[in-house]
Amino acid sequence: MNKLLAPLLVVLTLWSAGTSADEKQLFVYAPVATYALPIQVRSGHEYVGLLELLEPLGRVSSEASGRRWRIRFNAIDAEFIPGKTRAQVQGREADLTAPFLVENGRGFVSVASLGTLLPRFLGSAVSFHEGARRLFIGNVAIRPSFRLDADPQPHLVVNFGSSVNPTISTEPGRLRMVFKHDPVVGPENPSISFDSKIITEANFSEANGVAELDIAGSIPLIASFSNNARTITVSAAPTVANVSPGGATPPGTTGAPGTATTAAGNPVAQMGATPAPAAPTPPNAQQNVNRLLAVVDPAHGGDERGAALADALSEKDVTLGFGRLLRHELEIRGFSVLLLRDGDNTLALDQRAETANAAHAIVYVSLHAVSQGNGAGVYTALMPVAGQNNGTFRAWNSAQASSLSVSRMVESAVASELGKKQFQVREAAASLRPLNNVTMPAVAVELAPGPNGIADLTSASYQQKAAAAIADGINSVRDRLVAQP
Amino acid sequence: MIPRSLFITIAIMLVLVIALGFYFRQMRRQAYELEPAATAALPVTPPALGPTENVTLYVADDAAGQLRPQAAKIPLPSGRQQRAEELLRALLRICQQPGAGHPLSAASDIRSIYLVDPGVAVIDLNAAFADQHRSGIMVEQLTVNSLVETLAANVPGISRVSILVEGKPRETLAGHADLTQFFDVQTVGQVVSGQ
Repeated sequence: MNKLLAPLLVVLTLWSAGTSADEKQLFVYAPVATYALPIQVRSGHEYVGLLELLEPLGRVSSEASGRRWRIRFNAIDAEFIPGKTRAQVQGREADLTAPFLVENGRGFVSVASLGTLLPRFLGSAVSFHEGARRLFIGNVAIRPSFRLDADPQPHLVVNFGSSVNPTISTEPGRLRMVFKHDPVVGPENPSISFDSKIITEANFSEANGVAELDIAGSIPLIASFSNNARTITVSAAPTVANVSPGGATPPGTTGAPGTATTAAGNPVAQMGATPAPAAPTPPNAQQNVNRLLAVVDPAHGGDERGAALADALSEKDVTLGFGRLLRHELEIRGFSVLLLRDGDNTLALDQRAETANAAHAIVYVSLHAVSQGNGAGVYTALMPVAGQNNGTFRAWNSAQASSLSVSRMVESAVASELGKKQFQVREAAASLRPLNNVTMPAVAVELAPGPNGIADLTSASYQQKAAAAIADGINSVRDRLVAQP
Repeated sequence: MIPRSLFITIAIMLVLVIALGFYFRQMRRQAYELEPAATAALPVTPPALGPTENVTLYVADDAAGQLRPQAAKIPLPSGRQQRAEELLRALLRICQQPGAGHPLSAASDIRSIYLVDPGVAVIDLNAAFADQHRSGIMVEQLTVNSLVETLAANVPGISRVSILVEGKPRETLAGHADLTQFFDVQTVGQVVSGQ
């Protein structure tokens, strides 16, 4: 029996590994959200769910009526017929590159059609890098510029114009920046040569939703972040003799031979991704580069729906969109963000706290939504503030205690910013897990309906306003958060 | 020859036995007829036996997002445990009235309260209480705070409160308020007074 089972298991394992490795995704970069969608292949064409694609961008609903599949995005109505390549958008015909599909009530359009179809819905420019499966909506693209300076030593200044959060890895003679969540696009010429013996070349490439910038050099290189992660400077790595015991590597520096890390030295901002090993920089430098990581936790997910906000609206769906917006708002304020859930997956409360704690972030924000009341509630853990130092080890159920005073500071700051944006705000303590298991300053924000009632909870502009206020609140106490022991 | 007096005595006793038999038969019939009506009139919760007392109930108000102390006169039994149960049932009745500021389902009930020394109260809610409770951080926390604060204010000596549902531990009340931990009366009190 075992002899029969063993080959079967091997085949299954290889098949599942191959499936995950070959999984195709479409990365969407929009002013309100950055997200990835799975791509389905049918009859040799790549397809993506239209409802799922539009959902983070505005109010959307769909219905199947007879043979027709209708979708309404904000005030735009469209009608598709399964098996046909012609659709109607606002009464005007639109051609698709492959027949429209409906599976389990979900409508799918060919990925190659998006470049022409989406502008009809969004009314804004759409740039689709089809080969790389990267879709840019509006003016979000970040195009880097390069400047090679010779003084005091040759170094390459790469200016992005907006904050970026690449994963950086180095090997002798090469420094690689991988942009998974940033809408970085290549320069006019994807390959640039420099008149330097130390930094010789920069090459840009993009594939399967990921952009990559390779800097070639004749010696080991390091990267340092400045200007709120808008600028990355690549220079020669200091030799061991040049590193002082106190940490001569500049704060914000990352990347040493054989290491992989993200902007500001943070782990990859995606659940399930392999955490990047810590760069072997001196302790002080390592602490500095970890300082600006925020953890955003869209509550519930997967089997756990959270509150039923309306007949077909679950709390888990609202928190996910809200979380993506908050990630964007924090990123444009110079924070790196670890979004604990970027899809409809189940995450245990302990798992959320463990991931947040392991990331050594400076702040944790749990996002909830509710159908009653109005405005927003900001909460901290319900527990006494720790009165004494408990040493290195902390009890799981009261791990938050030593950070509670700073959590309340964050709570006040976030509530104040929400108030400035006309949200009716409540502040309180709540016995809400995993707040008490988190070792860093932690708050929960519960978004309630606004003046338009329950519809506000799915409104991108309402969520955007709340996300911006939360990000402003966190940013206003940034110095206090960075000063955390 | 049977004496005349003995004959009369036996006759009287026979009449009495027959009369008593008839009387018992009637009594049984009456009891049988009354039984269904008596069952239907049984209250869900037996009425408290004891003198009426002035108590303070901490009633949740969703609109204000806080608890409001409300004076009430309710009959309370002398036993601490029964007293605690009656207090929370009185609190529940306020929230079950139409138009309540913090509505709870009509099927919600307190199954029992166990007072365990030193200073621990275990509130056992029925399943309907949790299953039909609205979901949300604030509404769930207000319910918890209201139960804890009302208990602590009227039953001296309680320092920690645990909440069970149908006699079993439960993760959350309705998806948010964590019920796996004890609620510290002092901490909840600080939250309530700080609101």
